[in-house]
Amino acid sequence: MRRQLLPALAMTLCLTVLVGVMYPLAVSGAAGIFFSHTASGSFVRRDGRVVGSALLGQNFTDPKYFWPRPSAAGADGYDGLASGASNLGPSNPKLLDTVKERVAAYREANHLAADAPVPVDAVTGSGSGLDPAISVANARLQTRRVALARRLDPDEVLKVVAAHTQTRQWGFLGEDSVNVLELNLALDRLGGS
Amino acid sequence: MTLAGWMQLAALVAAVVVSTRLLGPYLAKVYGDERRAPGDRIFLPVERAIYRACRVDPDREQRWTVYAYSLLAFSAVSGLVLYAQLRLQGHLPLNPDGMKAVPAGLSFNTAVSFLTNTNWQNYSGESTMSHLTQMGGLAVHNFVSAACGAAVAVALIRGLVRRRSNTIGNFWVDLTRTTTRVLLPLAFAGAMVLVSQGVVQNFHATRTVKTVEGATQSIPGGPVASQEAIKNLGENGGGPYNANAAHPLENPNPITDLLIMWLILAIPFALTFAYGRMVKDQKQGWVVFAAMFALWLVGALIAMPLEAGGNPNLSALGANQQTTALQSGGNMEGKEIRFGAVGCGLFADTTTGTSTGSINCAHDSMVPLGGAVPLVNMMLGEISPGGTGSGLYGMLIFALTSVFIAGLMVGRTPEYLGKKIQAVEMKLVVLYLLVVPIAILSFAGASVLLKTALSSLGNGGPHGLSEMVYAFTSVSNNNGSAFAGLSGNTQWFNTTFGLCMLIGRFLLMVPVLAIAGSLARKQPVPPSAGTFPTGTPLFAALLTAVVVIVVGLTYFPVVALGPIVEHLAGKF
Repeated sequence: MRRQLLPALAMTLCLTVLVGVMYPLAVSGAAGIFFSHTASGSFVRRDGRVVGSALLGQNFTDPKYFWPRPSAAGADGYDGLASGASNLGPSNPKLLDTVKERVAAYREANHLAADAPVPVDAVTGSGSGLDPAISVANARLQTRRVALARRLDPDEVLKVVAAHTQTRQWGFLGEDSVNVLELNLALDRLGGS
Repeated sequence: MTLAGWMQLAALVAAVVVSTRLLGPYLAKVYGDERRAPGDRIFLPVERAIYRACRVDPDREQRWTVYAYSLLAFSAVSGLVLYAQLRLQGHLPLNPDGMKAVPAGLSFNTAVSFLTNTNWQNYSGESTMSHLTQMGGLAVHNFVSAACGAAVAVALIRGLVRRRSNTIGNFWVDLTRTTTRVLLPLAFAGAMVLVSQGVVQNFHATRTVKTVEGATQSIPGGPVASQEAIKNLGENGGGPYNANAAHPLENPNPITDLLIMWLILAIPFALTFAYGRMVKDQKQGWVVFAAMFALWLVGALIAMPLEAGGNPNLSALGANQQTTALQSGGNMEGKEIRFGAVGCGLFADTTTGTSTGSINCAHDSMVPLGGAVPLVNMMLGEISPGGTGSGLYGMLIFALTSVFIAGLMVGRTPEYLGKKIQAVEMKLVVLYLLVVPIAILSFAGASVLLKTALSSLGNGGPHGLSEMVYAFTSVSNNNGSAFAGLSGNTQWFNTTFGLCMLIGRFLLMVPVLAIAGSLARKQPVPPSAGTFPTGTPLFAALLTAVVVIVVGLTYFPVVALGPIVEHLAGKF
């Protein structure tokens, strides 16, 4: 086996140069030329200032904004350096208690009846803790709250929601979704106080 | 399940079948004995330069023992280099966020994890690893550990094909050619598609932005697309970020999700076609393909509807989990909107039927029987369709077991592809089949008796047992996915997981190489009336049944105590 050690070391170094340096640099070079916006993080600007990434969810708590899903990333949620899920099992009492609280809070915030069903995505955390999207059902139920806070016609807000609904890619891949950050920025452009 | 869900499954199946047919013949030429292979003009100069630098004579073949020594030496040395990189990270360049040295225990666990193709991660990439560590250390192992797996599979095929031969190929050549001719081109193409869709690829420091509401958010950078492509293509699974392929910067949309699943499945399935080519009997390849495919499909057909069906406990609390025109519904804890519950089931089945272990949802939060699918997939030994190479040699080991069992029924010495399967081979096969279950059950058993180990659990009751068993099953089978409620970064787990990964890698590879060496020496016997034909649908069915029965007998008790009890007791 000792005779194999030298080739082993040389091979490690050669392949590190090839796939550990040249390969990622080639991908970076080509990405920088053809896809520089996405390669750097799909940043979204408002008035020239970067306010986030179109791909990453962020916290919204003001009633005039649509709210994202609950997040397990970091203490306050949506921490870009602490991605992750709650990892609570499906019958874990901690999960059930949390969901119960979230259901009640969602109903109250959105002026729903005490027994109104709440879209599941509004009361469960995502896998990444950075889910940029909510379901259309969730967005529609928040419309009334947002319209009231902005003194807008709910129908007008619904139109913005519809315009920002991303349907399944190629018609069948994935699920319909509404990007919360882009939706909220669109509402801000629309005005209302 | 919706029509769209079915179409998604059908699209993946179509992509895999097409790529098996296209990639398979190419792989057969890469590993075949002919002197020429496609792309020689581009690849040969690079490979010759590598051989020269490493003082390797590519025309010199190795006995199985030397082949195994080369494999072990390469794994040990490259693992030590990775360990050094982790420990010295703070002093190395390309570290804009100032990541510090990785602690010794975690470095050991991580180095072993990547050199064994496991990619179990007891750390969060975005807060632990520098860009250089990711691309020049971890991603390098994503390539080479996959290439090692392919090398062992090819060596076994040569053992079956060759007659009266002492040698089974040259490890250094197989390692190099897999990297240059198979992994690099596919990874490059995959990475470019990923980055076009939003996967990041840069060397920035973490960028702090002021959000719309005025809070701050840190957005990490890194050479992610290049790593995302190879981590899935090579069945590694170790994500640059903690949330893995659930992270929007790793897997931004359903197109990338489909691409990632295809990257995972492409090579293991294509290798079955290459196998048929190399043994000059395409039916043999399709039999292996069929057994792998059936097991993979069944897993998907269980997990997808179960997750889409939701968690009854949440409905009782007022959460609406129904699938409607306005929401995909289902059990959404730990899942992303863009993939939905169905997308989680398909991905979970795919990533654990192979040795990948990347995730697009939190397996820990799947419903009990939905979560049992990835667990059982790994227990099967990851052969549906398995890791790069390791899936094929795993299934061939089951094929030897099947001819042996069939031989016992009629009282004849079993044969496979004309080679007599005798006591030497069967002892090695049994060693292969027993090593991993023993490691899983003893270490998991010991852990549930230890207070320090139990305090790492994130869930109680039968789900806690599932969490523990899942972890040891994952590391021993070199998968790397987790019921991630378990916090594994403790001395006990860093050490025992490290041991299990080494056992599950090398105590399987070395017996496979020994079998290859033994078979290569044999003179094939012509088929007779008593030969059990192995290129038929009947054999594919027998093979699938043997896999299920052998594994079922081994693991049924522990699966019953974990997911099945949880299902029955939890009103699911």
